[in-house]
Amino acid sequence: MFITVTGEKKEVKDGITIGELLAQEKVQTPEYVTVSVNDEFVEGEGRDATVLKDGDSVEFLYFMGGGAAWL
Amino acid sequence: MISLARSDFEKILDHAKKGLPAEACGLIAGTKENGDKIIRKVYLLTNTDHSREHFTIDPKEQLAAIKDMRANSLAPLGNWHSHPESPSRPSEEDKRLAYDPSASYMILSLMDETPVLNSFHIENGESSKEELVIRDE
Repeated sequence: MFITVTGEKKEVKDGITIGELLAQEKVQTPEYVTVSVNDEFVEGEGRDATVLKDGDSVEFLYFMGGGAAWL
Repeated sequence: MISLARSDFEKILDHAKKGLPAEACGLIAGTKENGDKIIRKVYLLTNTDHSREHFTIDPKEQLAAIKDMRANSLAPLGNWHSHPESPSRPSEEDKRLAYDPSASYMILSLMDETPVLNSFHIENGESSKEELVIRDE
């Protein structure tokens, strides 16, 4: 099946989960990556249970934060 | 080298001042030319921490910004945030939470009357200042 990953159309195996896709795409520090599927955010514990469907659009967003604390 | 239009610098400064006493934040996007980064658009986003010592970019706004970059054929170049009461250099927290060595991390200090903006490369917990040019256009 085909899905869109960070804007690029890709062929993946049927029934792939978000967790498997994260590993397949070699996403670094996935614990700090927010995942959205068709603009809906999927929480960390739901990644392995979420099966992607043909035509889904997946985005990986790196956490962006920091601050002046502990300067 | 990374360059920023003066008008975009003013936008960042205005957003940061309006966000006081909390830190303000956003994203930068543009093009890469001969190893230089040319910022073409700045995104003024929400600090969901609403804190004077921390920031987290709203992921919904981050997603919308990424899509806007794609629609405008712009590359994500990094992010920016303000330090309302401290210098323009990465904190230990900034360095710990900088996951992308290809990104530029811009920090605007408002601690003195004259604002100071610097850009940094951060990798493996080490930061180095990048040459920042404010261009008049």
